[in-house]
Amino acid sequence: MEVERRKLEQPRDAEELRIRQLRARDMLRGELEGEDLERYVEERVVTTTFEKVQNWARANSMFPLTFGLACCAIEAPISLVTARYDLARFGAEALRASPRQADFIILSGRVSIKMAPVVRRLYDQMLEPKWAISMGACSSSGGMFSNYAVVQGADKFMPIDLHIPGCPPRPESVLYGFTKLQRKITGNPDPGWRRRYNAEGTEEWARGGPASAPAPDEVAAYEAARELAGA
Amino acid sequence: MTVNIGPHHPATHGVLRLIVDLEGEVVRDLKPVMGYVHTGIEKSCEDKSYWKVIPFVERMDYVSYFFQAEAFCGAVERLVELEIPERAKYLRTIFLELNRIHSHLVWLGTTALDLGAISMLWYCFRDRDRVLDLFEMAGGQRMHTRYFQVGGVIEDIPLGFEAKLREFIAEMPTRIEQYQALLDRNEIFLRRTKGVGTVSRERLLELGVTGPLLRAAGEPWDLRKTFDHLAYPELDFKVPVGTVGDCYDRYRVRMAEMVESVRIAEQALDALPEGPHIADDRKYVLPPRSELSTSMESLIHHFKLVTEGYRVGPGEIYYAIESPRGELGCFLLADGSAKPARVHFRDPSFVNLQAFRDMSVGGYVADMIASLGLLDPILGGVDR
Amino acid sequence: MPDAPGLELIRGEIEERHPGAVLDTGFAQERAALVVDPERILDVLRWLRETPGQGYTFLSSVHAADYLPAEPRFGVHYELLNMDRAERLRVKALLADPGEDALPEIDSCVEMYPTAEFQEREAYDFFGIVFRGHPDLRRILLPDDYVGWPQRRDFPIGGEPVTFTYNERDLG
Repeated sequence: MEVERRKLEQPRDAEELRIRQLRARDMLRGELEGEDLERYVEERVVTTTFEKVQNWARANSMFPLTFGLACCAIEAPISLVTARYDLARFGAEALRASPRQADFIILSGRVSIKMAPVVRRLYDQMLEPKWAISMGACSSSGGMFSNYAVVQGADKFMPIDLHIPGCPPRPESVLYGFTKLQRKITGNPDPGWRRRYNAEGTEEWARGGPASAPAPDEVAAYEAARELAGA
Repeated sequence: MTVNIGPHHPATHGVLRLIVDLEGEVVRDLKPVMGYVHTGIEKSCEDKSYWKVIPFVERMDYVSYFFQAEAFCGAVERLVELEIPERAKYLRTIFLELNRIHSHLVWLGTTALDLGAISMLWYCFRDRDRVLDLFEMAGGQRMHTRYFQVGGVIEDIPLGFEAKLREFIAEMPTRIEQYQALLDRNEIFLRRTKGVGTVSRERLLELGVTGPLLRAAGEPWDLRKTFDHLAYPELDFKVPVGTVGDCYDRYRVRMAEMVESVRIAEQALDALPEGPHIADDRKYVLPPRSELSTSMESLIHHFKLVTEGYRVGPGEIYYAIESPRGELGCFLLADGSAKPARVHFRDPSFVNLQAFRDMSVGGYVADMIASLGLLDPILGGVDR
Repeated sequence: MPDAPGLELIRGEIEERHPGAVLDTGFAQERAALVVDPERILDVLRWLRETPGQGYTFLSSVHAADYLPAEPRFGVHYELLNMDRAERLRVKALLADPGEDALPEIDSCVEMYPTAEFQEREAYDFFGIVFRGHPDLRRILLPDDYVGWPQRRDFPIGGEPVTFTYNERDLG
């Protein structure tokens, strides 16, 4: 089934607006029936596929795992869920302490060699579908700590869906990254700079682990996005 | 029954692992296991020139970053006997006290969250964001600003900073009173913190504990008052001291410290002298950029400082300041080259954690969590 | 901080009680340091703590440093603090590297100053200095099965290259 996007157009004049208001009032009262009812419902229903609804629901109500390692932890998760940079407006304010109940993990902070097996175990305990955001320079690539004690990037031992640069990244950066993850989940990944520079088709997939083989619907999503862009 | 708490746990204030021997709900023995965020900062610093060490060292105790920068810069300045200008001293004092307020707000929010007063987190972080706005205005970044450099501060405060700081100073005491009104006489908070985690003053001194923990037990020891550094000798402030040494006293001491910090910041701002914000000695301090196009010596100094860095003659020094958690000491061993030979930080959380066992043994598990919250360890400092 | 003459007085008094314990004194940047024979470190620390005129009852920090290539190689520093007079004194004990796989040893001061427990473990963890008499000497910050003493000057800084897509095939 295809997605039917039929926007309810703006009322052309005051009379049409009044008709709509009356019809809505009748609907509320339960007085609309017969053909009027059918037409009312038709104008407002969106038909779509099950996967799309599922992805939309998943993306907009993610449960993060309360997991903070170092400095980035003060910026997110703690600062993100507070009032100024509210993560609740994206539906992700329900931080779960148990990995079994969480959807995604934000690796906020440097991963030391002692902590790496613990993180991997936590990630394994999470149930599918799960995502991982590597926040900050230290978990993406070891950051400024190129030494014996820090794992140079969490990619070395677990698949990461999104990297956020910064040291520490501003909470706005993390929110921007989070919206990109939401786009990825809904199957509409952001081509980013590739669209701006006409570089679509140059994506590379990393080897090793689940991150190596892209899922077929991910590849299809990329193709679809390219088509929509008219490339 | 031996229970393992952490390293991933919502209430351990970082990645601390506790191996607890329980008998029912009563704690019989406790062993903390640390090192889960050990970053090898001290080893990394031996490889970098002195000014590059500052961002590394800021990331140890990641909530009170200005203090680490001050400990390191102060140690270098004392080793090379470099005098910093008055304005820099006052500016450093202002930022240190703002950082103290920031650290205590983070502590209050997360500890109250552990104890169940969840809405405190939002209130405290609202004010914390205001402090971070001030840091961002002056230093360009919210956390780990690299604002303190050897010789002073890297840039003068911008226009509008003073007005914003005065606004903050005017409002903060009311906010602190609001927080106290929420928690001070709250029955649940009182029952969870009164009489919990008491350790005697002598035992704390034996264990090397400093900071609000020691002051709550009745010992009026504060490095700001004992050793003259920065602008503290010229400012008038009180040091809050508790009586019993239980968790409630620690809470009260920290709240009072926040009020005092606001006063210190206000006095320092009022007394802020005019003048350069960084020392003049071109051997250690970058010349202003405007001079680079006119003066050859400035260009040479700039080149030398940026590529190799300045050399610090052979010597060693230990310089300690009062961070929000206690005595933060920096041991610097210099061997005459452009890179330090050993940078070691005596971190207060590392030493304070030794008292945790004494606080929790014999009490309930829930009391242990309360003690841990009010001990205020920051694992970045513990593990370095 | 005891000034230079005060430092010499302290040295003189220790010489009377424990002859040969203090090897040297150092006074730089208004900081006083005593260099002490590692075998007599406990005597000196006890004297400094218990003698009525001295009273250095607070141990701020115990840490180690590697003076390579100077010999003796390892230095264990004790930062003592007299809280009544607000004076700091540093006591240094220099240990030579025994060579091969043997580890340098020094007596532990945990009975006198319980604060040294974690800090001596840290010195052991990073430098391999064994503190005789320590109740629980094992690694504290590094994983338990780590091999090597990272903070020694001849230990490499470590680290491996970051894996990007352009070099992941080469790195394996």
